[in-house]
Amino acid sequence: MSALLKIEDLAVVFDTRAGTVEALRGVSLSLGRGETLGIVGESGSGKSVTAQAVMGLIDVPGRIAGGSISWDGQALVQDGAQQHPSGIWGKEVTMVFQSPMTSLNPLMTIGAQLEEVIRKHLGLGRAAARDHAAEMLAAVGISGARRRLDQYPHEFSGGMRQRVMIAMAIACEPKLLIADEPTTALDVTIQAQILELLAGLQERLGLSIILITHDLGIVAGLCHRVAVMYAGQIVETGSVDDIFDRPAHPYTQGLIRSTPRLDEPEDRLTAIEGTPPGLLHPPEGCAFRTRCPIARDDCRAPQALRPFGAGFVACTQPGVDAWGDGK
Amino acid sequence: MPDFILRRLFQGLLVVLGVTATVFVVTRVFGDPVSLMLPLSATDAQRAAFAAQIGLDQPLPVQFWRFLTDIVTLDFGDSLWQRRPAIEVVFERLPNTALLVGAGLGLAVLVSIPLGAIAALRPGGLVDRLVVSLGLLGLAMPQFWLGLMAIMVFAVQLKWLPTSGFGTAAHLVLPALTLAMTPIARFTMMVRAAMIDELNKPYVQTARAKGMSLPRILRVHTLRNILVPFLALSGWEAITALSGYTVVVETVFAWPGLGLTAVQAIQRGDLFLMQAIVFVIAALIVIIGIAIDVAAKSIDPRIELN
Ligand SMILES: Nc1ncnc2c1ncn2[C@@H]1O[C@H](COP(=O)(O)OP(=O)(O)OP(=O)(O)O)[C@@H](O)[C@H]1O
Ligand SMILES: [Mg+2]
Repeated sequence: MSALLKIEDLAVVFDTRAGTVEALRGVSLSLGRGETLGIVGESGSGKSVTAQAVMGLIDVPGRIAGGSISWDGQALVQDGAQQHPSGIWGKEVTMVFQSPMTSLNPLMTIGAQLEEVIRKHLGLGRAAARDHAAEMLAAVGISGARRRLDQYPHEFSGGMRQRVMIAMAIACEPKLLIADEPTTALDVTIQAQILELLAGLQERLGLSIILITHDLGIVAGLCHRVAVMYAGQIVETGSVDDIFDRPAHPYTQGLIRSTPRLDEPEDRLTAIEGTPPGLLHPPEGCAFRTRCPIARDDCRAPQALRPFGAGFVACTQPGVDAWGDGK
Repeated sequence: MPDFILRRLFQGLLVVLGVTATVFVVTRVFGDPVSLMLPLSATDAQRAAFAAQIGLDQPLPVQFWRFLTDIVTLDFGDSLWQRRPAIEVVFERLPNTALLVGAGLGLAVLVSIPLGAIAALRPGGLVDRLVVSLGLLGLAMPQFWLGLMAIMVFAVQLKWLPTSGFGTAAHLVLPALTLAMTPIARFTMMVRAAMIDELNKPYVQTARAKGMSLPRILRVHTLRNILVPFLALSGWEAITALSGYTVVVETVFAWPGLGLTAVQAIQRGDLFLMQAIVFVIAALIVIIGIAIDVAAKSIDPRIELN
């Protein structure tokens, strides 16, 4: 599988009044054609910032502080410098955001919002763009597409708006779709429909997808590969099967332990105690060591991702059953 | 929509009648129109004749009824000063005021939207701080002073433009600029604040992710979203201009509009002309209010008119 997206040692910081927040601290990732990568991790671990960096959306107070991102051989970020290639963002690489209620312009019709991206990237005229927009609405399962083109976002339910967002994201035959918690704001039945839609589109269009989520269940159902983020770094990556069967990093093990499963009573759920370190002055070595049951002295040294089994782990004792209950 | 307009027109009619009735009460019940309008040297016989001529010898309810029915036909009586129907004088001067206010506010809109938007791009940046400082300065400068300074510099010193008067486009420049200054400042501050708000909203990030350019995002996406509050402020500025700014600016520049006419009517004790002016301004204010509401509805389909 040739890498379509390659992120190398990416660093992103936010200059705030309190100081410099190190949101991403050396993130490396790669993604192949047609692959679905799940990014999981606690709130604030840097999942969204990673997506924003790929989309060229890092803006003041944030800035890229180092590293590179390349897309299909073209540089998006080169040695810490933001590049501005045209015809990639919004066309080949697109994004769906978390809150469908606010991610559409409330004062533009759905049609106008779809047509603008189609006209920009496919160079179609007004009428052709409108036809294409209607087709896209139909493709994401919105019935009466023609009529709905003239409606405003407030005339759509949350789930329908997220479908519209997806329609905009697939309108110009993208190769990569980044979905940042696309279902968090929706209720459960709608969540399932949206995920099904994404899976179907991926199959039909041969899309690569980066799916950002808190929900390991979603990852298990939809993704090929997983990257686990903690405090601005990736601590473990591997195939979905490996990660769920043999999580190697204590943090990954903790995440899986704290995920509700149908075959176990709820009271055996155990959240990881403590909170992630602040990113104003992140610790030097493994950021998880303050919460890790098997932390040792050598965890104070920086930990790079190293091959372990079929995946990669940043840990002094990869594969050890950290929580000691075999779960 | 037509329903709404009718209802609002009816409400507006009540407001205008209320304003006019207040004027009636103040001038007829508490005031004495005869001594206001006739010179001190007028004899008692002249006073009585004049009172009879304008119906003051009738009981108050009858006077008020006549007053109301006259208003319906836009008959406010003859202007003492101009010796012709007061409403005729008003309609003759109104276009001049409309021209001045239109030019001033039009200029303010054209200047403030780009200025506010540019400032909003980098809040706290150099351009932003400059715009905010200029805005505060603009708000602090009184118009009569601005007008006099403009005359001193551009008309007296540089001789680029006429000091005052009416007739050519050159005559319009200084009064319109003077009138525009405060609205420019207020509009710019509003556009800036609203744009900063909008640019932080998720739909802007969506537009950026779609590959839309920043100018397009400002022009197409965020502008539309600040238009409703902007319209409301413009309406307010138009009303303030009609009922306040124009009095000052027209007086300073001898611009023959309603504001100057109002001053002249007061100086001459021309009660009927004053009443006609008050009535027309009140009616204009009502119409502007309705126009703004209708425009807001056409921009934002979520707005319920009722
Ligand atoms: N605009 C910003 N200004 C300052 N700090 C920011 C900004 N955006 C993100 N950060 C910081 O970057 C870090 C990573 O944020 P990010 O949004 O990527 O987290 P996340 O993993 O997506 O979390 P969540 O699951 O809550 O969405 C956080 O510590 C956050 O405080
Ligand atoms: Mg996030």
